[in-house]
Amino acid sequence: MTTKFLARHRHAVQRIGFIAITLMAIATVLPIIGTILFILYKGGAAVSWEFLSGFPHDGMRAGGVFPAIIGTLYLTLGTAVFSVPLGVAAAIYLSEYAKDNQWTRLIRLAIINLAGIPSVVYGLFGLGLFVLFLKFGTSILAASLTLSIMTLPVIISTSEEALRAVPQSFRTVSVSLGATRWQTIRRIVVKEALPGIITGIILGLERAAGETAPILFTGAAFFLPRLPHSPFDATMALPYHLFVISTQVPEMPIQIQYGTALVLLVFVLTLNLSATVIRSRTRAKRQW
Amino acid sequence: MNKILIENLSLQYADGFESLRGVSMGIRKNAVTVLFGPAGGGKSTLLRCLNRLNDLTEVKSYSGRIMIDGENILDPKTDVIALRRKVGMVFARPVPLPMSIRENITYALELAGEKRKSKLDESVERSLKLAAVWDEVKDRLNDPAIALSGGQQQRVCLARVIALQPEVILLDEPTSGLDPISTGKVEAALFELKKEYTIILAPHSIQQAARAADYAAFFLTGELIEYGEGKTIFTAPKEKKTEDYIMGRFG
Repeated sequence: MTTKFLARHRHAVQRIGFIAITLMAIATVLPIIGTILFILYKGGAAVSWEFLSGFPHDGMRAGGVFPAIIGTLYLTLGTAVFSVPLGVAAAIYLSEYAKDNQWTRLIRLAIINLAGIPSVVYGLFGLGLFVLFLKFGTSILAASLTLSIMTLPVIISTSEEALRAVPQSFRTVSVSLGATRWQTIRRIVVKEALPGIITGIILGLERAAGETAPILFTGAAFFLPRLPHSPFDATMALPYHLFVISTQVPEMPIQIQYGTALVLLVFVLTLNLSATVIRSRTRAKRQW
Repeated sequence: MNKILIENLSLQYADGFESLRGVSMGIRKNAVTVLFGPAGGGKSTLLRCLNRLNDLTEVKSYSGRIMIDGENILDPKTDVIALRRKVGMVFARPVPLPMSIRENITYALELAGEKRKSKLDESVERSLKLAAVWDEVKDRLNDPAIALSGGQQQRVCLARVIALQPEVILLDEPTSGLDPISTGKVEAALFELKKEYTIILAPHSIQQAARAADYAAFFLTGELIEYGEGKTIFTAPKEKKTEDYIMGRFG
């Protein structure tokens, strides 16, 4: 009876199914849009030029978030300095040179597991290795290194994927024309994979920019009403600052909290958006 | 005169497949030598031995020798980069590198150390002319090579090989993806080229084999069954297997 019913109304059934799937797809977007609109609504009024360019004062209950913005910028760049060369080199090794053997499988397993470690564990590891053992102190350097380790799996796996997507025939042809393996990698493979690699780098750095736990013990300052002087200095950073003013400071004006959240959100979304733009632009230009 | 002398060549791939068994043959200078036979006979493998492109594949064991101008190129000490500049290869499907037509031609030259623009320009024109595609692309040399038709792409790929001024050109079913008109143009280009180069062709059809061959070698399951002048082999083969294949009784 039911099979007959379904068969007779198969168009209607299909339509209902289609609508259900569409609604679910929309449902996944709603929280994101909701969050953005909510933060914009609550914190939009707090964001002004003074807020962006000023230092916090009155126990952070007034003033701006300038040192936190600069701090997050430093940390992101610092992370890039370490994680980009290391991550891209590892990806090239895995995609172009590594044979499929026990050793390679071990490396891959390590990378997958690195991606699964909770960020607070990275923080503790960074505290142990960089801050205490290597005596970098609570500093931008130690925090950047910690964030780098956390970012590496993202950069390695997206870069490797981008490298592998370059058709094998390009490599064969290039070698057949008397290019060495390295010339082929440098002039053809990496060049073609570059947009994918850059996207991966940006997505990795974006995650680093928004993290609190890894910098908590390694480089973030609770309150530092000046800009850091060197990589060995601690720094304020947006995510940690947001955490501090939301939980650690009594009678904190709620507008400043949401304003800070908004700045962090814009920072991260800008990175994300630039990755998307790079990806779609180069995909249109791609010749394979 | 023999440009290449293959002596008792056997090759086994890592998966255990024996692709060539005791092949011995001499390959003439300034002629088109055709390697024909059913798929899996070892033609591609043999071509890929001649410029050591098999180095990229998992080869388990080689035995025998390949002498080009008196030097055994299977010797581990062979400079494979120089070898590949001397023995160029065109593949079954045109693979334009992801760059402009001009850059496709100059890519290998620049890697070989040629930086002078005048030399590069000269080489682009000369090789595209030899490959019979100059008139069709001369006004759009800076366009991406992928924008060309399949037949034009394949002739640009041929020009790319010619630009290196090789001595031997290997062609592995170079017209398999092309329409009859493009095929005709590629074949005409080959006919011109044999005056200067030693050409070894794995054709994509028996008809092409018969049209192009000065010399022809029939391969079956890794063995060289019969080898001789093209017009003899395709009209009066000595071996029964060759005759059966040419007559279309198998393959």
